[in-house]
Amino acid sequence: MRQTVAVGAGKLTRQLSRWSGRGGSTLPGRVVLALEPDFLRRMAAQVGTGSLLVTGTNGKTTTANLLAGMLRRGHRVCHNAAGANLLVGLTTAFLTECDPWGRLRAELAVLEVDEATMPRAAAELSPVGGVVTNFFRDQLDRYGELEHSVELVRRGLAHFRPGGFLALNADDPLVAGLAEGTDLRAVYFGVDDASLGTSRREHAAEARTCRCGQPLGYRRYFYAHLGHWACSECGLARPEPAISLRRLRPRAEGARLTVATPRGELEFTFPLPGLYNVYNVLGALAAAWAMGEDVPALGRDLAEYSTVFGRMERLRVRGREVRLALVKNPVGFNQVLRTLGQERGEQVLVLAINDRYADGTDVSWLWDVDFEPLAGASSRIIASGIRAADMALRLKYAGVPPQRVSVIERPITALERALAGIGAGGVVWVLPTYTALLELRADMARRGWARRFWRV
Amino acid sequence: MQVCIAHLYPELMNLYGDRGNVIALERRAAWRGWEVEMRRVGLGDPFDLGEADLIFLGGGEDRSQQLIFRDLLEEKAASLRRAVEQGAAVLAICGGYQLLGRHYRPAQGDEIPGLGLLDAHTEAGERRLIGDVVAESPPLGGATLVGFENHSGRTFLGEGVTPLARVRAGFGNNGEDGTEGAVWRGVVGTYLHGAVLPKNPALADYLLRRAMEHRAGRPVELSPLDDAAEERAHRALLHRPGGRR
Ligand SMILES: [Zn+2]
Repeated sequence: MRQTVAVGAGKLTRQLSRWSGRGGSTLPGRVVLALEPDFLRRMAAQVGTGSLLVTGTNGKTTTANLLAGMLRRGHRVCHNAAGANLLVGLTTAFLTECDPWGRLRAELAVLEVDEATMPRAAAELSPVGGVVTNFFRDQLDRYGELEHSVELVRRGLAHFRPGGFLALNADDPLVAGLAEGTDLRAVYFGVDDASLGTSRREHAAEARTCRCGQPLGYRRYFYAHLGHWACSECGLARPEPAISLRRLRPRAEGARLTVATPRGELEFTFPLPGLYNVYNVLGALAAAWAMGEDVPALGRDLAEYSTVFGRMERLRVRGREVRLALVKNPVGFNQVLRTLGQERGEQVLVLAINDRYADGTDVSWLWDVDFEPLAGASSRIIASGIRAADMALRLKYAGVPPQRVSVIERPITALERALAGIGAGGVVWVLPTYTALLELRADMARRGWARRFWRV
Repeated sequence: MQVCIAHLYPELMNLYGDRGNVIALERRAAWRGWEVEMRRVGLGDPFDLGEADLIFLGGGEDRSQQLIFRDLLEEKAASLRRAVEQGAAVLAICGGYQLLGRHYRPAQGDEIPGLGLLDAHTEAGERRLIGDVVAESPPLGGATLVGFENHSGRTFLGEGVTPLARVRAGFGNNGEDGTEGAVWRGVVGTYLHGAVLPKNPALADYLLRRAMEHRAGRPVELSPLDDAAEERAHRALLHRPGGRR
């Protein structure tokens, strides 16, 4: 009875919040959890095949979306597509797949989970498998130190079903060792195409130390601290990946990828730019393979994949192309800057930096982003968001001439100014932090520019 | 003219954008026509710190601090001390600041000796002290300092040093006595991340001027800069609603 009331109340809330134009991805979950604290545990008992959790600092949303897409070929999948990755978000996802009596229609759940939520989420859901993408410094003021995040994920793994699997990024030394001490089967993924790396480390990368206390050596860095690593002291080294990128050839729209799998090589064109997105594909493929999916068929589907909420999205507004890409830490920011730096043609950049709880309340990470290449570019830049002044100051010290930078705190006003100041054929890049993106989305929806954004 | 900045352990000791401090020093010197020789000094690097006019040491996670600790004590301490005695400037942030003190007392176990360059010591605390800081600095002519702190250690100052500032908002050295940071000769220690120097040009120029005077061997007058962007970012933190305590 309590279950039915909770589900009914949750569904009603969801409908209301959708009508009111909000995304509706957390409020319904909050209502259900208040009425029925055991909701997730009950759902877990009903997911026939089980739950898969995707966690890590960067790429959770894209990886989880890709994986859900792959598994939808044969299953009804419950999935938190909008990146609502705390307990209430997971609850909302299950709610969506429930009938009014609280019976779950999905047989499989693919859930993106925040690192700090891993222990609770795993304890309630007893997952059969998971993907860990990478660990970067992110919102440190919330989680304390990086190793604490790793510890939280490790704590979550203790609740996985015995004999389950873990798809792990072999190129991240903090991720690669996670299956140790568990009875989970490790499936590694990584990049083997050495031509994509360098022997030099970028600024945002941190020195990594081995568990024996020695600094790790790298033969190759792909980006940040991801690469081919080994310890000369104790011999610990990057594991051999089962799913690996053999070759990447850039194309006008995305990249042509050759991926080695235990079922042979796949070759497909993937529309999302950036090596970080390649890691997301590899992680999703590794998990799908562990789930027994027909890997070659997945390669064909991947070519049709279109972008997800906020993670680099293209739309047309007033006849101009607008590209939205969420930024939340130096590594991701560097990747987006590298991508836009490779394009020719007129560009205006809107960098919208908020510092609310969900963004990380401290913006010092902006000093670890390599903005210096913008100094020599011709693009105009609008610093925006609550911390617009910090953003503008960072650009000044990166050597960007002040006359190319303006400060407009409201993101939507900044976007309007950018649109007004660019010719047809030009591109407006909007790089917002999480809450700046939400705010912008709501304002854009109000102007009728991007309706129904919660549908992915 | 040229000024030499030594950046200690740039890869291991860099938390919350501490690297921005080095960028700020370099730019502010360059805007005044000074050339900067930047030396990145890592583990085992035999560079003589006595050659530097300004030495920067950022904050680091516990593990990084353990990794550099011995190298700092055994390989760098003597030349660092000599540099300070000759009048060079030093800026140390958070974990770096703690290492310059006399010792660190963990929750359990023995005291860990520090460099003893500053008459101060640090004790382990339970709760992390996290949030924005606004402080007033008498040694900088009453200038306000703004920044972001995140530390569990509590630092207590001895007689031999002056507090860098008094907190108006935030915790500062220990959350008890209202002090923030420490100054002794050319050495400045502080808990402020941010990065602290770009948003606090008064502190940046104080250090830069000491470094330049060390190099030139005579008083140096710094030409004023257009600090509108710096002041805007500074003011934005000054008037943050409520803070986050
Ligand atoms: Zn080792």
